[in-house]
Amino acid sequence: MDKLQEIVQDQIRTDYPHFNSGDKIKVHVRVIEGDKERIQIFEGDVIAISGSGISRSFTVRKMSSGVGVERIFPFSSPKVAKIEVVREGKVRRAKLYYLRNLSGKAARIKSKNIR
Amino acid sequence: MPGLLGKKIGMTNYYSEDGKVTPVTAIEVGPCTVVSIKTKKNDGYEAIQLGFGEKKEKHLNKPQIENYKKLNLKPAAVLKEFRNFNISEYKVGDELNSEIFKIGDIVKVSGKSKGKGFQGVMKRHNFRGGQRTHGQGDRERAPGSVGQSSYPSRVLKGMKMGGRMGFERITTSGLKVVKVFADKNIILVKGAVPGAINSIVEIKK
Repeated sequence: MDKLQEIVQDQIRTDYPHFNSGDKIKVHVRVIEGDKERIQIFEGDVIAISGSGISRSFTVRKMSSGVGVERIFPFSSPKVAKIEVVREGKVRRAKLYYLRNLSGKAARIKSKNIR
Repeated sequence: MPGLLGKKIGMTNYYSEDGKVTPVTAIEVGPCTVVSIKTKKNDGYEAIQLGFGEKKEKHLNKPQIENYKKLNLKPAAVLKEFRNFNISEYKVGDELNSEIFKIGDIVKVSGKSKGKGFQGVMKRHNFRGGQRTHGQGDRERAPGSVGQSSYPSRVLKGMKMGGRMGFERITTSGLKVVKVFADKNIILVKGAVPGAINSIVEIKK
C-alpha cells in the first residue's frame, strides 16, 4: 500500500485548522460563474467526519430559512479555499445525525468552555 | 496498439483542478524488458515478447537460465507477447515504461479476477432465486428446474449451476488514463481493473 500512499500524498491537504464534530465552521467554497470565480461561504455545524486519507470528508449542516441543508466536503477538494473555526462545540459523540430530528432550541450545540 | 505488463497497486481518488473526484486504479506499468522479437520470417507473425518483474534463478530450469545468460538479461517473472508493436523500432534488451501512455488514452486492462470459491447460481449466473413468501421453505436461492422429464431423462450439457467462480481472465475495456507518473512508472486509469492487489495485469492501448 506504500506506493498508493506516495501517489496521493501531494493531493492530501493539510492547510486546514483542526476541528471536530460539533464545531461551527465557515467553509469558503470556490464557485465558478461563467468565467469568473468567487468565494461563497457555507457556515454550519460539523456533524460528521468520515473516511481516511485522500477520501476523508466532513459534513456541514446548517438551517437555511427553516430548512436543514447539509453539504459534504472532501478534505482534499481544491474547491475549498479556506476553513474558519467559528466556535468549538461540546458534544458526546462523533456523528451528530440526531440533530436532523431536532429543530429550534433543541438543535443547538453547547459551546465548549475555554479556561 | 502497443501494450505493457504491469502490477495492480490499488484504488484511490484523484482530484482534478476543478474539484471533480475520479475513482482511479493505480497500476505500476513496467519497466518491461524486450526478451525476444518474433518476426514474420522466423515465426510467421510479428510480435515482441516482454518480460516483467524478477524471478530467482532457482525457479528456472537449465535451458531458461542459459537463454537469459545468452541475452544478458535478468530472469523475468512473467513473459507475454504483444503484437501491434512496430518491431523494427525495438531490439532485445530494450526497456519499456509508462512513457508509451499519455493522459487521455483509452486502454484495455486484462487480468485474473479474484477467486470467489464455490458459489450458487444467484451470484454466479445472476439467477433470480425463488419467492420469499407464499409458503416457500428452502427455495430462496434455489436454481429451479434443470431439465425436462423422461425425455431426455438427463440434464443437458452446459446447464448453468453452482460451482467455482472467479479466477478467470477478464478484460475491462474503455478505461481512460487520468494521470501518468513518469518517475514512479505508475499510471492512474479511471474505474476498476480485474484482479486482486499486486496481481499482474496487461494494459493495451
